[in-house]
Amino acid sequence: MDWGNFFAMGGYAAFVWPSYGIAALLLAINAIVPWRRERALRARLRDRQPGARS
Amino acid sequence: MDFVWFHKLGVPRHFYRLALRLSPWFAALAAVLFAAGLWQGLFVAPPDYQQGESYRIMFVHVPSAWMSMFTWVFMAAMAVVVLVWRIKVPESMMRAAAPLGATFTFLALATGSLWGKPMWGTYWQWDARLTSELILLFLYLGFIALQAAIEDRRAAARAGAILALVGLINIPIIHYSVEWWNTLHQGPTVTKFDQPSITWEMGRPLLLMALAFKAYFVAVLLVRTRCDILEAETGSAWVGELATGERTR
Repeated sequence: MDWGNFFAMGGYAAFVWPSYGIAALLLAINAIVPWRRERALRARLRDRQPGARS
Repeated sequence: MDFVWFHKLGVPRHFYRLALRLSPWFAALAAVLFAAGLWQGLFVAPPDYQQGESYRIMFVHVPSAWMSMFTWVFMAAMAVVVLVWRIKVPESMMRAAAPLGATFTFLALATGSLWGKPMWGTYWQWDARLTSELILLFLYLGFIALQAAIEDRRAAARAGAILALVGLINIPIIHYSVEWWNTLHQGPTVTKFDQPSITWEMGRPLLLMALAFKAYFVAVLLVRTRCDILEAETGSAWVGELATGERTR
């Protein structure tokens, strides 16, 4: 297939790709942030337990 | 009838364990559906005879817009449970859904704007559909701010539940705005009761993307709810066990 044609999106590249880009970016951030927050929360809880290394 | 499993869902400890087991499956499902939907939407579906390639924005715009409304309805449903039965898990779920709803709403507005420019000649118009969707974004932001402003988690949840129910009035306004008022926005093509006026070649990627957004919502909602439960239950015995259990592993 012709990739140049594909990325040109019939002249609408400046509208189509930013739409997909912003969706991908925001959905990725929204998934990664809580995932990391839970890991941090559990790590903090672990350290707070009696017998935890300080 | 055995409703014990259902009652157990209301217990933070049980819900946490269940959510821990379920979220990877929904994340995997979302990944597969996104891959299939993007493939179908970008490579398989033909260009539109009027809008050319620009209509492909629809495959992110429409699922975002649907989810922006679905998420508020979900929060309102949780709000009823919160106000009537005062259970903690739905409080956490309602709070966990708000940032997701705000994201979907923002995406619907942003992608709609990027679609509007080439098709209508403007990024923004103060018409009924666009304005009511913008109000939905403010409702989400208001809900999030309200949760942050009230120190006591349970009181914050009740206040948020009332906002979720009052804000529900905006959902039918968004949905019917294209019929009640003259607007630039086109009428519904998929959610019509008789015959959807969309071809299957374009409908299939749209359906796949909509399901992908839904699976994504569930996966992230479960993780966010777990965070909220952990924060609310810090210091309780089961969270301690969870922490020590992980230490010895």
